[in-house]
Amino acid sequence: MPMLLRALAPTLIAAAVYACLALFVTNSYYQLTLTLVLVWAGFGLSWNLLSGYTGLVSFGHAAFFGLGAYTTALGQIYFDITPWLLIPAAAIVGGVAGLLVGFPTFRLRGHYFALAMLAYPLALLYVFEWLGYQELTLPIKRDNPFAYMQFSDPRVYTLVALVMLLGIVAITRAVERSRFGMALVAIKQNEAAAEAAGIDTLAWKLRSIALSGAIAGAIGAFYAVVLLVVTPQSVFGMLVSAQALTVSMFGGVGSVWGPLIGAAVLIPVAEVLNAELSARLPGIQGVIFGVAIITVILVAPEGVFWKVRDRWMKRRAGAVPAPAAASSQHHVIAFAAAQAKSTVRPERRDGKVLLSVKGLSKSFGGLKAVQNVGFEIHEGMILGIIGPNGAGKTTLFNLLNGFSLPNTGEVLLDGENMVGRKPHELCQAGVGRTFQVMRPFTRMSVRDNVRVGAYVRAASEDEARGLANDAVERVGLVAAADKVAAELTTKELRLMEFARARGQAAAFATRRDAGRPWSWRS
Amino acid sequence: MTSQVVENVLQALMAGLLAGAIYGLMCVGLGLIFGVMRVINFAQGDFMMLGMYAGYYLFLSAGIQTTFGSVIGPYVAILLSGPLLFLFGFWIHKLLISRVTGRRTAQLDGEGHFAQLILTLGVALVLQNGGLIVFGSVLASIRTPLSSSAWEVGPLWNDLISVFINKARGIAAIISIAAMVGLTALITRTRMGKALRAAADNPVAATYMGIDIDKSHRLAFGLGAAVTAVAGGLLATNYPFHPYIGIDYVIVMYAGVVLGGMGSITGAFWGGMTIGLVQQLSTLVLPTQLQNAAIFVVFLLIIFLRPQGFFGHVVERT
Repeated sequence: MPMLLRALAPTLIAAAVYACLALFVTNSYYQLTLTLVLVWAGFGLSWNLLSGYTGLVSFGHAAFFGLGAYTTALGQIYFDITPWLLIPAAAIVGGVAGLLVGFPTFRLRGHYFALAMLAYPLALLYVFEWLGYQELTLPIKRDNPFAYMQFSDPRVYTLVALVMLLGIVAITRAVERSRFGMALVAIKQNEAAAEAAGIDTLAWKLRSIALSGAIAGAIGAFYAVVLLVVTPQSVFGMLVSAQALTVSMFGGVGSVWGPLIGAAVLIPVAEVLNAELSARLPGIQGVIFGVAIITVILVAPEGVFWKVRDRWMKRRAGAVPAPAAASSQHHVIAFAAAQAKSTVRPERRDGKVLLSVKGLSKSFGGLKAVQNVGFEIHEGMILGIIGPNGAGKTTLFNLLNGFSLPNTGEVLLDGENMVGRKPHELCQAGVGRTFQVMRPFTRMSVRDNVRVGAYVRAASEDEARGLANDAVERVGLVAAADKVAAELTTKELRLMEFARARGQAAAFATRRDAGRPWSWRS
Repeated sequence: MTSQVVENVLQALMAGLLAGAIYGLMCVGLGLIFGVMRVINFAQGDFMMLGMYAGYYLFLSAGIQTTFGSVIGPYVAILLSGPLLFLFGFWIHKLLISRVTGRRTAQLDGEGHFAQLILTLGVALVLQNGGLIVFGSVLASIRTPLSSSAWEVGPLWNDLISVFINKARGIAAIISIAAMVGLTALITRTRMGKALRAAADNPVAATYMGIDIDKSHRLAFGLGAAVTAVAGGLLATNYPFHPYIGIDYVIVMYAGVVLGGMGSITGAFWGGMTIGLVQQLSTLVLPTQLQNAAIFVVFLLIIFLRPQGFFGHVVERT
């Protein structure tokens, strides 16, 4: 907890400065702008939680935002409930909507996912128009304004928004630092590798969209309370989804600071332009957003935050000389020796059977890639599979670790048939895998790459960290442990992948006492 | 009573076929861009909007109305808007889209595509809102006297049923089909068409065969914009339009393209046709406000049930 608090310190300072600024602004329009900056920053963070970390671009976050706004408006108009209760209710509605949307939509990838997400808010827009909610006005409560969040002093709205935003920042931070965030980033960088590393990708994506939808719902609800008027176009419209995306992209996706920077820069500019010029140039706000998106994509596609950070890191790296590469070389040799030793270890044919493959076949159309393969692996045994190009080695590995389904045959792991299980389930059962074409998480450090694998078995954050450090040490990558995977040589990458598979396997050994576990190398 | 029902169904079917032909052409424009470049272009609806306004202003102010009269004039203006939008698309690609697409990203999956998606979203926002500034929010339409007269088919079935075909819509559908046939010939018969198809099929191999991929993309982007613009102009002879109209139709277009199978040009046409039919037939059972919601629901169903479309096939690589 104190670690989290220290991480939040810069945010708290920024929030305090912002609150002071808000207290001195008396013009109610500028005060509204200050509130809206926080609203859109929060909405951007909610988008970022799904799209920024998983890389699945959502063009439909307005669906959750709008549902939240309508929950509040309808709840207050028809049931006379206070927004203090409706905002949490809207969060629940948003979260449930996230699950309902996510469950079918996550089967889609890339283009299809983006297009499907676009359709949800637009379909909702027409449904709400048809229901006759073209324009809902929240009833004014003169007798008890505080109970209905109708403050006469607009500064209070800014403070409430600030508290909400701090909550969202804290949630994002907590996610970022836990296995939740790790899983999402792993999915973004390489979904197949994440699945093979034992991450149940669908489950994490669903958690992510539910949380993201809940935040968007709450923000939408607050937006309705601030503006007092809800129309389908203003909460489900394309511009709403685009706003979330724009502030995040501009500031930098995949970081807490990105949406905050984006909102702080873009929203005031757009609002001021809107106030000054909208009479003569009615669409100027949209034009500004469009130009901002185009410029960011062309000039700094990773966003302002990352651009600045990368430049700063580079300058710092230039000042401090990088650790000598020689030491890592030494470790690699040590590992090679250890590996050689393990292969000359006497083979025990009598050990317990760990894996037994029977009559495994797979054909692609007329091509029989794997035909009636059968073998057994005993405890402590290392089995190599060799063959010329096109012999079907990789297909066999794909069958063994669940990337594809065999036509016939069975794969028994500890006597249980594993055919039809997903890669992450097989991984949890102890089948690790490295790839012919290496699949590192390129933007993560070596240690974190290995940590992703270790989560499969580790019960806690500390245990995962420990297992990862262990595995990194065992393959001799300690010197390179804090390098980003993108900077590694092919040999180091191979070792890192091996450590990743070992990280899972080591846990397997300690928990199941199943002797030396093994991993595949294709 | 039954004859009334049959007449309504036939009338809706006819309306669906006529709208479907225009939607089909619209989808072909998008299908061309997607098929060749694998880029999701959100601005396609706004290219269509520009095509509508181009036709509108050409007709009214470029002397076409006085030269060709008010019956043929609109169609001349609409066909002329094609080359204009070709140039527009060509330059948008050259200045913006080519920075994030082409040879460098042809092989990329995942992150490489997001830049393209978001860039076209930016272009769409600029065009929509810029359109609002330039053209204003007043509804416009390309007026032709044909839109208020109709051909009558029938009376059929003991004089109980007769189906009316609006002349303007009928002609728009005929022009759409003619344009579609011409485009198919261009793609299959000419050297340029072959280069486009090669670039679509395997960009790397096409490069080895001496095809300039970036140029092919630019041509496809311009051509796609032109085709959609003409379809938009034809639509504008029946329906009034405004600068924000693009977003409604971009979904129609994607529904059609996905339905036909991403990458297939003829598929895109039939996909658009299907969407037109769904939209018009849905009015028989649903209130008109839900027409567009029905399209979105059909779109989602297609994506979930048959993402490869009717004419496409699944290609999966590990």
